[in-house]
Amino acid sequence: MKRIHIATLAILAVLLAGAVLLPGQRTEITGTISSGEKAVLAVTDMHGSGAAEQYMDTFNKALWDELDSSGQIKLAPKTSYPLQVPQQEGDFKPPVMFSQWSGPPVSANYLAFGYTAVQDNQILLFGNFFNVGQSTVQSAKVFANRYYGALSGDGARSVARQFAADILKQLGIATLSGTKIYFVSDRTGGSFVKEIWSMDYDGSNQRQLTRYGSSSSEPTVSADGKLFAFMTFAGGNPQIRIHSTDTSRRQTFLNPVSSVVETPEFTPDGKNILFAAAVDGWTQLMMAGVDGSGMRRLSNVRAIEVSPRVNPKTGNDLLFISGRSGHQQLWRMNLDGTDREMLTTGVGDVANPAWSPDGHHIAFSWTRGYEPGNLNIFVMDIADKVPVQLTSNSGRNENPWWAPDGVHLVFSSMRGRATQIYSMLADGTSVRQLTTQGNNIQPVWAKGIE
Amino acid sequence: MRMNSRTLSAAVFAAALFVAASGCKKKVAAAPPPPPPPVEAPPPPPPKAQPPRIDTFVAEPASVERGQSSTLRWSVANATSMTIDQGVGAVQANGTRQVNPGNSTTYTLSASGAGGMDTRSVTVTVNAPPPPPPPRPAAPKVTISSAEVLSREAQDIYFDYDMSDLRADAVRSATANAELLKRIFAQDPGFTVMIEGNCDERGSAEYNLGLGDRRATSLKDFYVQQGLPADKIKTISYGKEKPVCTDANEACYQKNRHDHMAPGQ
Repeated sequence: MKRIHIATLAILAVLLAGAVLLPGQRTEITGTISSGEKAVLAVTDMHGSGAAEQYMDTFNKALWDELDSSGQIKLAPKTSYPLQVPQQEGDFKPPVMFSQWSGPPVSANYLAFGYTAVQDNQILLFGNFFNVGQSTVQSAKVFANRYYGALSGDGARSVARQFAADILKQLGIATLSGTKIYFVSDRTGGSFVKEIWSMDYDGSNQRQLTRYGSSSSEPTVSADGKLFAFMTFAGGNPQIRIHSTDTSRRQTFLNPVSSVVETPEFTPDGKNILFAAAVDGWTQLMMAGVDGSGMRRLSNVRAIEVSPRVNPKTGNDLLFISGRSGHQQLWRMNLDGTDREMLTTGVGDVANPAWSPDGHHIAFSWTRGYEPGNLNIFVMDIADKVPVQLTSNSGRNENPWWAPDGVHLVFSSMRGRATQIYSMLADGTSVRQLTTQGNNIQPVWAKGIE
Repeated sequence: MRMNSRTLSAAVFAAALFVAASGCKKKVAAAPPPPPPPVEAPPPPPPKAQPPRIDTFVAEPASVERGQSSTLRWSVANATSMTIDQGVGAVQANGTRQVNPGNSTTYTLSASGAGGMDTRSVTVTVNAPPPPPPPRPAAPKVTISSAEVLSREAQDIYFDYDMSDLRADAVRSATANAELLKRIFAQDPGFTVMIEGNCDERGSAEYNLGLGDRRATSLKDFYVQQGLPADKIKTISYGKEKPVCTDANEACYQKNRHDHMAPGQ
């Protein structure tokens, strides 16, 4: 206990010090990246001695991509850098010339530099991160760390990610390293067979979690990252099942017998499950304990209502999709059924609502402006309810989900024959394809398990 | 060489004399035995009737296949009454009778008369016919299960895009289905049916599960209106998870917007 307290205090101290000392740092990580001044980083092309040099192209690209895809910093273009770039601290000789980095044309706030070597048949990175707004080496040095990895392309990528993670942490930017994306894939083959899978935030380490040999879909993950829930036809009738994320061990959940049981959702405290189930021919919102006990109806209307999503910040209100106005639209209400409001304009069909981690923004898919059925990704600030379209003219795009950093989205897109999973920034840029095998849909981005 | 009885007797007598003479040579001669007392001449036998005599009693043929007949033939002398058992009964002294034994049977002919009785038996062996050929592998079944009847005769019900009410063509198909279900339930009271609601690929997976349930419920409601028991009709929605085809055109979309009926669990 004592150790944890000390560690927590140390982290708080670093963050507070950073908030005071580091210019351009974003003290509040919000759902969008449109506002606020971004820190500018210069990142040198680094070299390696001996056998390490052959992996440095891979390393330099991985480091740049990793920092760039955070979406919360600006990278100064390499073409503007001085011809002589430092490799170690000693390369800055008095009088120190930080101005060639902090002044135009680079105009950086920070500089990342270093080099690699081979030690004990491993690649060793000496990574330095300097605040070039300072005047002395001592005050400029934010950190100088060593990183080890396998002597290979993968090892080079690994040390680049570790270095980038430390830089982002110093800037108060949440890193996606360690987060997991849960999704649905049909790659194992067979008709009516889809399983739940997980992967790292960058598409690596793809792992099959369920083996029911039936149609399993619509995964969701508890706030603590320890459980995932999904719907499946594995038992004949549709059911919700809950598994642990570490060993995929099945937990107890008492299902209602119904022609529809789907779209499970954990409440932020992990004590309850919301879902949709059919009652007398109308699919309605339900709530029950995490073991399925004490089920009660949240909606009682002659309309299809699905996809309950509880506000992760308040735990008290939820988004859902309802046809009560005619077309399927995005609605919000309190858990007790009060303050019901439609958030979209009533045209087209809306699906797949998702909260940003701070509870200020919503991502969803909408057919607005397109032929029936062709969905695109939109985001909305819940304060002004203005929808912003992020995808267009790139196939069918749906199932958006926010990353734990609040600035990335993951979604599925059919661009060609198969549907694959992509990530992007919440402004629609930096689109990266994460899957390639089979069809992959319904991604859910969750923080890793500590 | 053939000897008549007189020649034989003389030879035996001569031999006997020879044995007696040679034996006497070794032993003291004993006194000859006294002659037997004179016997009374036997009375002449009374006049006696001839005994019945069965000359012939045969089965022709003696061995038959099952289903074939055999003929008994007989000839009897000196008898006044003749019967054959095994249900044949009284017969004449000479005759034939066709018999059709189901299994091997022994027939006994009894002949009786003033001079006594005579019996003789004959057996007709009945052989089992050769086995029939093995049944044909694709022998048509006599009964068809309710599930097969449903699978053969029930029509899928088709819907318009994003709709769950029954179109005119759907009402016709559903009416025929209702009659079919009435027949099946009458013959097979334990039978239940599952209506599976399906959708095309447009719209979200979540919404389509709800829409597929609307379609299944719509058809169930129609059946109940037609007088079918609600507790034998179950519903499930597969949304767009079980497509019949996967092309992105209206022809395929229409195929996928349907209710299908399957045996309930």
